[in-house]
Amino acid sequence: MGENKMKLNYDIVVIGGGPAGLAAAISAYDNGARDILVIEREKRLGGILRQCIHNGFGLTRFKESLSGPEYSARFIEELKKREIDVALETTVLSLTQDKKVQVINEQGVFTISAKAVILAMGCRERSRGALNIPGSRPAGIYSAGTAQKYINLNGYMPGKRVVILGSGDIGLIMARRMTLEGAKVLAVSEIMPYSSGLKRNIVQCLNDFDIPLYLSHTITEIRGDKRVTGVTISQVDENKRPIKGTEKHFECDTILFSVGLIPENEITKSANIPLSPRTRGAVVYQNRETLVDGIFACGNTIQVHDLVDFVSEESEIAGKAAATYILEGAKEKDSVATINGNNIGYVLPHRIDKNQKGHVKLFFRVTSTFRNCVINVVSGGEVIASKKRNIAVPGEMETLILTQDKIALLSDDITVELKEGV
Amino acid sequence: MFDVIVIGGGVIGGLTLRELSKYNLNCALVEAQNDVAIGQSRANSGIVHAGYDAKEGSLKAKFNVLGNKMMPRVAKELGVKYRNNGSLVVAFTNEDLVTLQTLKARGETNGVEGLTILSKDELRAKEPNISDNALGALYAPTGGIICPYELTIASIGNAMDNGAKLYTNFKVSEIVKNQDGFTVVSEKGQALDCKVIINASGLSCDKIANMVGDYSFKMGARKGEYILLDKENSNFVSHTLFFTPTKAGKGILVTQTVDNNILLGPTSTEQADGSTVTSESGLAFVIQKVKEMVKNPPLFNTITSFAGVRAYCDRHDFIIEKSSACENFINLAGIESPGLTSAPAIAEYVVKELIGSLLPLEEKADFNPERAPDYFFKNLTNEEKTQLILKNPLYGKIVCRCEEITEGEIVRAIHENPPARDLDAVKRRTRASMGRCQGGFCQPRIVEILARELGVDMTEVTKSGEGSELVWGKTK
Repeated sequence: MGENKMKLNYDIVVIGGGPAGLAAAISAYDNGARDILVIEREKRLGGILRQCIHNGFGLTRFKESLSGPEYSARFIEELKKREIDVALETTVLSLTQDKKVQVINEQGVFTISAKAVILAMGCRERSRGALNIPGSRPAGIYSAGTAQKYINLNGYMPGKRVVILGSGDIGLIMARRMTLEGAKVLAVSEIMPYSSGLKRNIVQCLNDFDIPLYLSHTITEIRGDKRVTGVTISQVDENKRPIKGTEKHFECDTILFSVGLIPENEITKSANIPLSPRTRGAVVYQNRETLVDGIFACGNTIQVHDLVDFVSEESEIAGKAAATYILEGAKEKDSVATINGNNIGYVLPHRIDKNQKGHVKLFFRVTSTFRNCVINVVSGGEVIASKKRNIAVPGEMETLILTQDKIALLSDDITVELKEGV
Repeated sequence: MFDVIVIGGGVIGGLTLRELSKYNLNCALVEAQNDVAIGQSRANSGIVHAGYDAKEGSLKAKFNVLGNKMMPRVAKELGVKYRNNGSLVVAFTNEDLVTLQTLKARGETNGVEGLTILSKDELRAKEPNISDNALGALYAPTGGIICPYELTIASIGNAMDNGAKLYTNFKVSEIVKNQDGFTVVSEKGQALDCKVIINASGLSCDKIANMVGDYSFKMGARKGEYILLDKENSNFVSHTLFFTPTKAGKGILVTQTVDNNILLGPTSTEQADGSTVTSESGLAFVIQKVKEMVKNPPLFNTITSFAGVRAYCDRHDFIIEKSSACENFINLAGIESPGLTSAPAIAEYVVKELIGSLLPLEEKADFNPERAPDYFFKNLTNEEKTQLILKNPLYGKIVCRCEEITEGEIVRAIHENPPARDLDAVKRRTRASMGRCQGGFCQPRIVEILARELGVDMTEVTKSGEGSELVWGKTK
């Protein structure tokens, strides 16, 4: 690996050195591409995994439970074995459709010309601000990921008495982490009637530490002038409006927000690459190519995954496709769209190119909790794939395989839909 | 012994201090908080009003029109973003249409240029997202927008560059009259002597005036709640859109900001203690009114909500005068809207006319009206950026990714006048963490930089002064 080495032109430029970028770069190399650069804004590779020191990564891929840094170390080692350049502490400022990547680092501002680009910028947390939560704006309000960074990378405690809004996985992980560090986590408040986090995290991070989870509750007031002094949570009705008389008051010095992740796509937008309003990431074909030839996207920048193992898997698809693009050039496409039907929030890939070989794994999320349901993939009035589920929840990504023979016969857009009570 | 002490680091105090620094006067500004621009000047609509609103013959009318004309030059000298985007007062009823005529006539009397009444179609051509119910508008081409805290910080910084002193965390608790003037004493026991005091302490103006025996006015305050949208939607409107004013005031507006966000608000509720706590009902009201003004506002791209305070005095016009209790004590009180617009004109008048009648005004030969022009790194050309990075590699490190703010800019804000001492101060100077992630990624990094540059531990770094520490000791 050529660490902190950067030329001004490459066959493939990978934007982001987190789990998606690492897997994509390795896969591109292993599929025949040679002239590859990974651009990372931080001092080290690994992305968000650097601050995820808890276990549970890699169960699917490596059949063992690794910490975030251990999981990424496996990929960094693989990267180092290959001749792939890495530019650290380098930030991409913008991208154009003809694949000029403008970057900035301590040497100056440069434009790198690429033949193919892989977008692997990951995602960011939704902030308190986005939710219009009333109250004051004192110190002590953090997104769960920011608190995680303070604790795990800086070695500092952001507070001692904590209320967490949102039961996303990072919030759950931080409930446990802060408890282990001696803080008192008073409550986790979730506006939905179900948690958006993984079941195992509810059990291991809340139940095991007797931390109450208030479903259908939201924060209705934040108190404190200089530093947070308290918070009020209230139960909400079916329209998510707070119900008067259900207020619960907590005295606390810290509030963590874990209220969702949003794909990071500033660079995608700078190149005017079409985005999906559903996923808020680039529209992609099954090989993770965007609607701009030679620009690919993978990982949490196109859809927020539950497990990093799936990020790696998806990114290998993009890496392989980018290598194929370099070696064989752009190819004609003949595609249909995928549509999220009843009770389905989104479907990815957004388009299926019939000229591409192989099965396609459809990723999607359901919009609510459903029991005894069936999920159908329908095209031209015909069910072409189907699965039954005893329970389906929004917090867990669903997949369905569409076989190559079915894809070849597609003449119409396909719709994924869920039917209840079967 | 100072010649003049200005009490209050808002836009009025700031621009007055800058005006004073043009002369051979020994001047200081005292501010109760950990940073300047933390009261009214922290959170208001940032509008440079044209001048059709204020009653004919009032001080508001006079200084508004003058200030509007001065603002582009002042902004340019100070390196502060200003945009002449034009204002539209939108009518939704026939009664509103009549009011527009009154406003136009009033504006013309006040000396506002270019006022025209737009038909429904002309309005729609200017603002395609305007509500279908809009019947017409008064167009004021001289209306503009500016960032109020940026203007305040830059004017105080420029005054300091020209020799003025700043004392923060100096909450005035007592003013002692003596032979030469006053001794101004802070809560913490600091004492500063001066010949003349300028009272520009916003909501506290009456309390400060009381300290010299002046009980001639009383202050009150209203809270205004706002919602801010992502810069992705910057083109949603291009002018500043007002409802036709009623007795209750100017109401909610929809405007671009100079930083390309869309700003919605403010509400107006009595709030005597100056609290800036937002409320569910206030934010809901903003949303309701905005939906009356424009079609499909992109509220899903909200990045934050906040409240500001607007002090007013019981005389309901600006108080710009020597105190009746003692003549070397000047009150600048009740500078409510259009106070921001009026500020440069008020500052010039106060120094030339009022200070000029008390102290000799001798122009400083080496006064420099300008601040460094490379204020925002992202606005430089690539070549300029590279040149700057080669001189100082910290400019090559992006810290805030949403607003593209470099470590070089943050370090400069910590060391440049007026020095940033906390996280919010860095934010107001650089815009770091003002973007869509609201500091989610960069806050710990900025805290690290502050700790390093101030030579303190991270536990001592605050959000906005003592009591707002961000981290509380090491992990196990």
